[in-house]
Amino acid sequence: MTSQAAPPESPAAPIPEPKRRKLPAGTLYRGREGMWSWVLHRITGTAIFFFLLVHILDTALIRISPEAYDAVIGTYKTPIMGLGEVALVAAVGLHALNGLRIIFIDLFSWGPRAQKAMFWIVVVLWILLLVGFVPRHLMVVFGGH
Amino acid sequence: MAGAATLEAVDNAGAPEAPIQAFTVTLNIRRFDPEKDAEPYWQDFDVELYATDRVLDALHKIKWEQDGSLTFRRSCAHGICGSDAMRINGRNRLACKTLIKDLDISKPIYVEAIKGLPLEKDLIVDMEPFFASYREIQPFLIADSKPKDGKERIQSVAQRARFDDTTKCILCAACTSSCPVFWTDGQYFGPAAIVNAHRFIFDSRDEAASVRLDILNDKEGVWRCRTTFNCTEACPRGIEVTKAIAEVKAAVLRGKPDIPKQ
Repeated sequence: MTSQAAPPESPAAPIPEPKRRKLPAGTLYRGREGMWSWVLHRITGTAIFFFLLVHILDTALIRISPEAYDAVIGTYKTPIMGLGEVALVAAVGLHALNGLRIIFIDLFSWGPRAQKAMFWIVVVLWILLLVGFVPRHLMVVFGGH
Repeated sequence: MAGAATLEAVDNAGAPEAPIQAFTVTLNIRRFDPEKDAEPYWQDFDVELYATDRVLDALHKIKWEQDGSLTFRRSCAHGICGSDAMRINGRNRLACKTLIKDLDISKPIYVEAIKGLPLEKDLIVDMEPFFASYREIQPFLIADSKPKDGKERIQSVAQRARFDDTTKCILCAACTSSCPVFWTDGQYFGPAAIVNAHRFIFDSRDEAASVRLDILNDKEGVWRCRTTFNCTEACPRGIEVTKAIAEVKAAVLRGKPDIPKQ
């Protein structure tokens, strides 16, 4: 250790090496409703973008060959795709409802003060939407109509 | 310790009171010395504190009694100068306005520099990009015309109240460095610059609202705001930052701010 090599006339006690820890790299910023609604908006928005990209491509197939279109659409009628549709409706629903919240925040003077209440209204409406959709949809996917 | 003795005497005269309890609090501080360290690291310190102490008092105790190399900014220590904004338990606060009793001391208190500005040493960041954005919005009254009666620019109570909220800014950067957009896009003006633009845009005496609205109608201006409300939550002065930004957005769309006629 270098402490032994310290000059003997140094009156102060040797300073211990600080306990160094690398992790965590930095604390995660603890935002509230506003920040997490933005995070969800980003995630759902990006996911919907990639869905639409694929969806435009598969729909465009019908102009090339109706048989190819039928084949591709046929592969969608599987349970995995059925679960994917649940995720799609969940993402679109949340993005749409929170989008309305953002419009109210930006365009109405009462919006910014009501943002937290509006976030929880969005969550409740979103859950109601899924309660209405998911059981019926899963019956269709797994019940064979 | 004459003060303490007097206090005790008073206490003895009245009902006996329990002595004020001190706690051992652990602070985890993210440290960085550009001359020694390749990257920042966490270091913990145990400090004896009272519930009425502030995080700034804890930092002082560490600097004065344990490790003089700990580096941070503070000036007034009373929430006015805006020097000691830092990330305390993952949220931007002023160290001088954060009481120990409001934090969970059963766990370590995490203290690190504000995010999004270049780290210089320990808790100090380079504030220059922040002040550059501030200067860009021309934060001063621009009124070139002659006042009506040749003497003063009269403002009604309602007109003054219109921008009262945004006059409270102390430029501590707690808002700007809490903004996820600013973290990833340093070109964004940031909440603080927009708040200070709002202060003059909505001032009935000012005549350069259109200039400032034009500056903020930029790609890196108000439209970068994604309404995460981190700035509003972080502001130690309680300014409704996101609301002010939304009002500037509306003024850009309308072409002029809505200021009370009188």
